[in-house]
Amino acid sequence: MDYAYTLIILLLPLVTFLGLGLLSKRLPVALAGIIGTANLFIIAALSCATAFTYFTQEAGEAGFEAIEAYKITWLPLTDKLIIHLGILLDPLSVMMLVVITLVSAMVHLYSIGYMKGEKGYTRYFAFLSLFTFSMLGLVVATNIFQMYIFWELVGVSSYLLIGFYYQKPSAVAASKKAFIVTRFADLGFLVGILILSFNTGTFEFQTLTSLQGPVIGQASTAAFMGLSVTTWALLLIFMGGAGKSAMFPLHIWLPDAMEGPTPVSALIHAATMVVAGVYLVARLFPAYALSAPDALTVIMYVGSFTSLFAAVIACTQLDIKRVLAFSTLSQIGYMMVALGVSGYGGEAGLGYMASLFHLFTHAFFKALLFLGAGSVIHAVHSNLMTEMGGLRKSMPVTHLTFLVACLTIAGIPPLSGFFSKDEILVAAFEHNKLIFAVQWLVAGITAFYMFRLYFRIFWNQTPAYHHAPHESPVVMTVPLMFLAIASVVAGFVPFHDLVTSDNKPFETAFHWSIAGPSIAIAVIGILTAAWLYARPSLRPDAISKSLSGVYTAAYNKFYIDEIYLFITKSIIFQFISRPVAWFDRHIVDGTMNFIGNSTVAGSAAIKRMQSGHVQLYIWYFASGVLVLALLILYLN
Amino acid sequence: MNPLLFLILIPVLTVAGIALVKDLKQVRVISAVGMGAQLLFSFYLVYLFYSLRNAGNTDAMLLVSTSTWYEAFNIQYKFGIDGISLSMIVLTSLVTFAGVFASWQVDFLTKEFFISLIILASGVFGFFISLDLFTMFLFYEVAVIPMYLLIGIWGSGPKEYSAMKLTLMLMAGSALLLVGLLGIYFNSSPEGGRLTFDLTEIAKVSIPRDAQLFFFPFTFIGFGVLGALFPFHTWSPDGHASAPTAVSMLHAGVLMKLGGYGAFRVAMYLLPEGAHAMAWIFIILTTISVVYGAFGAIWQKDLKYINAYSSVSHCGLVLFALLMMNETATTGAILQMISHGLMTALFFALIGMIYGRTHTRMIDEMGGLMKVIPFLSVVYVIAGLASLGLPGLSGFVAEMTIFVGSFQNSDTFHRIATIVACSSIVITAVYILRVVGILLLGPIKNEHYNELKDAKWFEKVSTITLVISITAIGMAPFWLSALIREPLGDIIQHLIARL
Amino acid sequence: MNLQAEIPLDYMIILSILVFFIGLMGVLIRRNLITMLMGVELMLNAVNINFTAFNHYLFPHRLEGHFFALIVMAIAAAEAAVAIALIINIYRQFATVSVDDVDELKF
Repeated sequence: MDYAYTLIILLLPLVTFLGLGLLSKRLPVALAGIIGTANLFIIAALSCATAFTYFTQEAGEAGFEAIEAYKITWLPLTDKLIIHLGILLDPLSVMMLVVITLVSAMVHLYSIGYMKGEKGYTRYFAFLSLFTFSMLGLVVATNIFQMYIFWELVGVSSYLLIGFYYQKPSAVAASKKAFIVTRFADLGFLVGILILSFNTGTFEFQTLTSLQGPVIGQASTAAFMGLSVTTWALLLIFMGGAGKSAMFPLHIWLPDAMEGPTPVSALIHAATMVVAGVYLVARLFPAYALSAPDALTVIMYVGSFTSLFAAVIACTQLDIKRVLAFSTLSQIGYMMVALGVSGYGGEAGLGYMASLFHLFTHAFFKALLFLGAGSVIHAVHSNLMTEMGGLRKSMPVTHLTFLVACLTIAGIPPLSGFFSKDEILVAAFEHNKLIFAVQWLVAGITAFYMFRLYFRIFWNQTPAYHHAPHESPVVMTVPLMFLAIASVVAGFVPFHDLVTSDNKPFETAFHWSIAGPSIAIAVIGILTAAWLYARPSLRPDAISKSLSGVYTAAYNKFYIDEIYLFITKSIIFQFISRPVAWFDRHIVDGTMNFIGNSTVAGSAAIKRMQSGHVQLYIWYFASGVLVLALLILYLN
Repeated sequence: MNPLLFLILIPVLTVAGIALVKDLKQVRVISAVGMGAQLLFSFYLVYLFYSLRNAGNTDAMLLVSTSTWYEAFNIQYKFGIDGISLSMIVLTSLVTFAGVFASWQVDFLTKEFFISLIILASGVFGFFISLDLFTMFLFYEVAVIPMYLLIGIWGSGPKEYSAMKLTLMLMAGSALLLVGLLGIYFNSSPEGGRLTFDLTEIAKVSIPRDAQLFFFPFTFIGFGVLGALFPFHTWSPDGHASAPTAVSMLHAGVLMKLGGYGAFRVAMYLLPEGAHAMAWIFIILTTISVVYGAFGAIWQKDLKYINAYSSVSHCGLVLFALLMMNETATTGAILQMISHGLMTALFFALIGMIYGRTHTRMIDEMGGLMKVIPFLSVVYVIAGLASLGLPGLSGFVAEMTIFVGSFQNSDTFHRIATIVACSSIVITAVYILRVVGILLLGPIKNEHYNELKDAKWFEKVSTITLVISITAIGMAPFWLSALIREPLGDIIQHLIARL
Repeated sequence: MNLQAEIPLDYMIILSILVFFIGLMGVLIRRNLITMLMGVELMLNAVNINFTAFNHYLFPHRLEGHFFALIVMAIAAAEAAVAIALIINIYRQFATVSVDDVDELKF
């Protein structure tokens, strides 16, 4: 099967970006959205076709084969280390292609309605295309350096989109923060790539993850501080992933990133870019599982802690987009945990499969949540849930789809979230009981805060709106309905036959012993939320008062932002940059000026000799001659 | 006649043409035509170079021609190019071309301004094609001296002070350099025979180790001063801040590259043992340059100062990579020279254009320019992204080549230095985004700015030339990298052969 | 002629030294430009004494020293003319011939 046409999937968004970017002044405004959306629908169709042909091919003994559909040499660095750009098709990347193009197409369509009349409408679609291009390039990367290239491009398109409302200082600050925090994480990624590539002599994923390859096959003996060099490299690479996927403690940029337009949050900061970290670990998973199990343990703990931490914060936030942002953190934490508890090959690889399954379903229902929230914000002109309520009558489509999404994320069968979360819990249970308990608890908290959101928006008391809220236009509700259907059916995709750690299908069993308690705690969460928030009541306030310390800390996101602010403002700016600038101006430059000034001073000191008195000069001259004469006399 | 001579001849003819006409408009047109011809000619040279190579000419240096200048000391005009000098020539003609358009609006002593500017450029061209240490030094001085006039007469702020400081520090560097060059000259035939300034001839003999150790620091620091080596970089912030736009462009874009180029071509190539023995000192200094420059830039408030410190950081990376002494890192260093040359020229051009509109360079006093001058602002963002190493723009290619190359040295010292240098990419992001955030984004701070006009045609010519070059290198670095790499195999062999 | 026998060369040298230093002191100490010029003339004549004396005592059969003395005289005459012209101009400019008042050319 020839997959060379997949190049179109990659290049079409780039062409769209360049076209919209360069012609932004000349094009009629409305056309930009249509061009962008049409392109996305084309590549979404192509991606689905690719996935269909790829997954329906006869899987051989070795499972689904990885295919390099396209490959060019971009830049040779050393004899062995050569950066190629190419398209790698394997179950993982094909699955990601489908997710990204589908969600992106829906977001494009939705944006036509949502962004209507905004300044920079063309610019918006240009940036969205740039993002789609970068993200697609990232997932089809044939080698880790190509991934790093697109990784950075994804970062910058995220920067551009978060800062889309560039006249708003908070948006500017948020975009800057997002870029710098992820850039810091990318430093780890880069150093990890340097170490790994030096030790293995390759950038290629196929070699890196091959069982006979230099990473797994010939485990290096070199060790540093008790861990092997490969472990260090993979940990550093995970740092990059943690930055992009907003794992604790690099999560701080994600809630602020909600300053961007809501469809952007849906696409980038919920469904696609933030799972890049999960994708990265999954891409290198054989290397992690077989030659750096310690790194996987770290990933597991980081993921688990983040999911709990973010879920607690989500319960207290009032800005609906921030609730969703923390919920995203929490869900990505789930995916990381699943990778962390997974082993390699067959049944042991359940966690791997569960993680990507959750990534798949999460993309749909989280995009749906964000787009639904966008629809609400569009109607109410506010992000705060305190200014919302009772919207179920005036926005029926949004209400229903939002409810579906909430039920999905809460893990109510037979919606997709239930299946993927259940697999994760099973994998966690088999690996580590403590982690299982935490994730089980987080499932309950998730149900609670999602329904808190739901009830506050669509039930509770109706505040006095300036304009009566009304349902969004069709271009916005169609994506909602599509994503709602996807959220429902995505759970029935036989993932264990398609995307597995060793690309070979395996059988999964359904465990009521795990599913039962997880459904139970989800229902408890939902009921608690209903009890507290379905109708106006004083109970939430009473509870938050009784937990005042914890509540305030959680409301302030456990002051992590303040700690970062302290580090950047006080340490980097005040304690490093300022002294460096001072040192440079006063010490280094001062030395140079001192040399100059002392020359001037020296000449000022001796210039008096040039007095203009001729007789004085003769004195000097005569005594000079005399001294010379004497010198000659005595030296001879 | 050797086609390389046209590189000198075109600027000289342009200067003559400018000297003959009176009208201000004609002066500009002649400069633009002259430098446009120079740009086309440098592209033709690339073509010529490749056609010679394809014709099977495998000499290290192509288009070599020699004529005796001063018999008694065996000084010769010896010209020739390889891939490295060719790429530097293309860089120079690009930046000069953009520089002429960026100084379209100079109205004070216009004629003299363009004459000095083009003389400066011809010095740079001469430097890059010279294969004789003495003529190389000569052209180096030709490039440095007009700088004094250009800053002192057409500059802004404390221009006399800055011009004096810059010239004196560079002259002090030249003095060291002269000592080093003479040291090389007098050791150029250790077995007796004719002393020579010929670079290719000297490379064939082995200069005694003692002499190498003694003269290497002179030569390296001599060139390093121009390459903004810490702690000899302080001429750069003041000098750039006071210089007129085109001069900053040429100076940061091209002249600072003379430092890196010379440090490699002369200091390290001719004194390899000295380079090996002392590399560690200079690696420490350049690593400091890289990080220190970046941190210094964070705290600055003047756009030109920010960019000057950023140059210190990026040029530090050039010398850093050269000292790693392997093929990949050195390719990266040359790429970084080109990339930094283009993007810093772009930065200075933009700063000049913004200053021409707002009459301030203090970032605190500006804000929200994106709304009123979108073209310049977008280009500024592109330059910023190139500077912080965004893939698809030239900075990324150069930095990644450097980092991967440096990491091939497997001892702990080089490793740590590399990782420290890597960290500059984060700090760079901080100061670039800080400037972009304050200067271009956010609400408009000063309501007078609402009336600002966006770029005029000549400004667009200037910036678009540079943006296209930056993007082209960033998108398709393969050819440039191959061009640079071609002579490097032998040079690196030479560097490590006599260990 | 027994001049050589009665007056040794030393005496001549002592005489020239005395004349030279008298002239030098005149140049160094006197403030009047004309007097300083006279001091210079004395110094030149001291040199002339040396020239003739050395010629006469050491190389009696040659004449270079004598001729040199003549050239010095000619030069001295020319020099006096230039110097006096200068002094007159200085007097016109500053209305003084005191060297202390003529110190424009300084730092």
